[in-house]
Amino acid sequence: MAQFTTLSARQVALPINDIDTDQIIPAQFLKVTDKNGLGQVVFHSWRFLEDGSPNPDFVLNQPVAQGAQILLAGDNFGCGSSREHAPWALTGFGFRAVISTSFADIFRNNALKNGLLPVVVDAPTHQMLFDLAEEAPQATLNIDLPSQTLTLPGGETVSFPIDGFNKACLLNGTDEIGYVLGFEAQIKAFEARNF
Amino acid sequence: MSRTLFEKIWDAHVVTQEPDSPAVLYIDLHLVHEVTSPQAFTGLRSRGLKVRRPERTVATMDHGIPTTPLDVPIADQLAAHQIKTLETNTSEFGVRLYGMHSEHRGIVHVIGPELGFTQPGMTIVCGDSHTSTHGAFGALAFGIGTSEVEMVLATQCLLQRKPKTCEVRVDGQLAAGVSSKDIILALIAKIGVGGGTGYVFEYTGSAIRGLTMEQRMTICNMSIEGGARAGMIAPDDATIEYVAGREFAPKGAAWDAAIARWRGLPSDDGATYDSSIVLDAAALEPMITYGTNPGMGMRITERVPDPANLGDANQKLALEKALNYMDLRPGQPLLGKKVDVVFIGSCTNSRISDLRLAAGLLKGRKVADGLRVMVVPGSQDVKKQAEQEGLDTVFKEAGAEWREAGCSMCIAMNGDQLQPGQYAVSTSNRNFEGRQGKGGRTFLASPLTAAATALTGTITDVRTLI
Ligand code: SF4
Repeated sequence: MAQFTTLSARQVALPINDIDTDQIIPAQFLKVTDKNGLGQVVFHSWRFLEDGSPNPDFVLNQPVAQGAQILLAGDNFGCGSSREHAPWALTGFGFRAVISTSFADIFRNNALKNGLLPVVVDAPTHQMLFDLAEEAPQATLNIDLPSQTLTLPGGETVSFPIDGFNKACLLNGTDEIGYVLGFEAQIKAFEARNF
Repeated sequence: MSRTLFEKIWDAHVVTQEPDSPAVLYIDLHLVHEVTSPQAFTGLRSRGLKVRRPERTVATMDHGIPTTPLDVPIADQLAAHQIKTLETNTSEFGVRLYGMHSEHRGIVHVIGPELGFTQPGMTIVCGDSHTSTHGAFGALAFGIGTSEVEMVLATQCLLQRKPKTCEVRVDGQLAAGVSSKDIILALIAKIGVGGGTGYVFEYTGSAIRGLTMEQRMTICNMSIEGGARAGMIAPDDATIEYVAGREFAPKGAAWDAAIARWRGLPSDDGATYDSSIVLDAAALEPMITYGTNPGMGMRITERVPDPANLGDANQKLALEKALNYMDLRPGQPLLGKKVDVVFIGSCTNSRISDLRLAAGLLKGRKVADGLRVMVVPGSQDVKKQAEQEGLDTVFKEAGAEWREAGCSMCIAMNGDQLQPGQYAVSTSNRNFEGRQGKGGRTFLASPLTAAATALTGTITDVRTLI
């Protein structure tokens, strides 16, 4: 599994609440049988105009987005469909972390399995980051998973929560399927007890 | 100790629980479809693993499948390839497939219950968020991502943290013209699309008890639109009656033993939930959405809300953005709003009782001039049943399209889609931007509201027609 320890990167802000996975990756792109290439069509309906040309007003098409690895999004990011194509598309574009006040459950699970770190911050920090994105779009944020901290360019540091098991998996690049396969004896015993 | 329905099922499925780690939870039934499974089978193959329990795995193709007769090759090469991939994967790994030409094919959340795979007390997963539908049977059922699909294929287990529980109590009698779809739309309008995040809902109360299984499925189906991964309803006589005799339901002594087990599932007296919500069924009216997520809903007689009245800046922005996309004005009524398409279908409302309700209104009448009305049964079995009852004739004579089963315009992956700018009243579950086709605009509503709108061509309160 993809690893995550620290990240020093610029952010790009999408100040919209309840961004659903249909917006992150529209259904027309779900007909793939692999995980590749979805970065080119992430946020497709917002990113491209009717004629297929890039929408110059959309932030991912602006210079600030080039090389940005942190997505700063509105509340309740990733609601809706369970499509893992959403984190595949986000990581395909180059994102390694998403910051929001909350994440939909399935999206969070899917993101963690792809080394995309969901960073939950409180409302004041959230606002501070949006302000920063306006005032200093080139600013670098530092995310440190071992200490669970996010550091702003001015040195302000906030901590963020993460499930201890998920954290260990990200730090070690644990293969979760391998981990569960390790419980074969218990699974067999469960099946013997129940069926 | 008193336990809830959820806790009983959870406890019975924990294989092991290491300290500080998520539980390893056993999965009784794994449903698979063509869109979220190919990468999982690829992963399995590259690890040299087999499907651990093929007999607990059931596959079908529903998202990308055309709803025109399947006697010609699928024109969309990508969809055709994805469907072919599922055929190859299921045959290689020995998984039961309800394929293109199966007479039992259909939307995965319609055929699971219909064939008797879905049973009380089970843990059920699928790479699809509307797996919550199956909770109507008193099962713990939720959607998972493709990495988790691979894990379940390989191990028949999932790693899960125990979610919190929320009782959604709905008491009272629904008025005429108000249905279970309106209950769930009203709930989501109240709590918002993130209101249930981290929770499993258990729907209780006299209004829920009075619903048929199909009506209960509509409610559990949309639990995810309120952010809850799962929604459950305790099994009762209606549940047992529905499951009895279905192809994969237990038979003989196993059936008697199953009933005894299922009777023990309802939450104990005195069991407690982490949170609770109360709705008064008698106060509900037909609901409709006006915005671009299922939480943006209102009573059909209300007016579109004004962003200026919202205190929270982000919510204001979200509403402005939604109204802009929908091309609606604050304060505008939706009643009388002209629409281009009516879609009756999806895993929320495409079962036989939904079609009967719609047909009941359309019988002997004509759909409005210039309006496209699509009726898409949830499964080929539903289609057959409807045709035996002559519902297809009712729809066709009224001027509606009668299609083959599939997800169709709910997700617009198969070519059934809105044109940019078009408005639809839809019985499906998501009104996200572009969900029914790029630039398309969706009003979510019940089958009754959809049928009433089909007759007039404008958004109509069904209570004026009955
Ligand atoms: S009908 Fe719609 S919501 Fe249901 S499974 Fe199909 S695409 Fe998903």
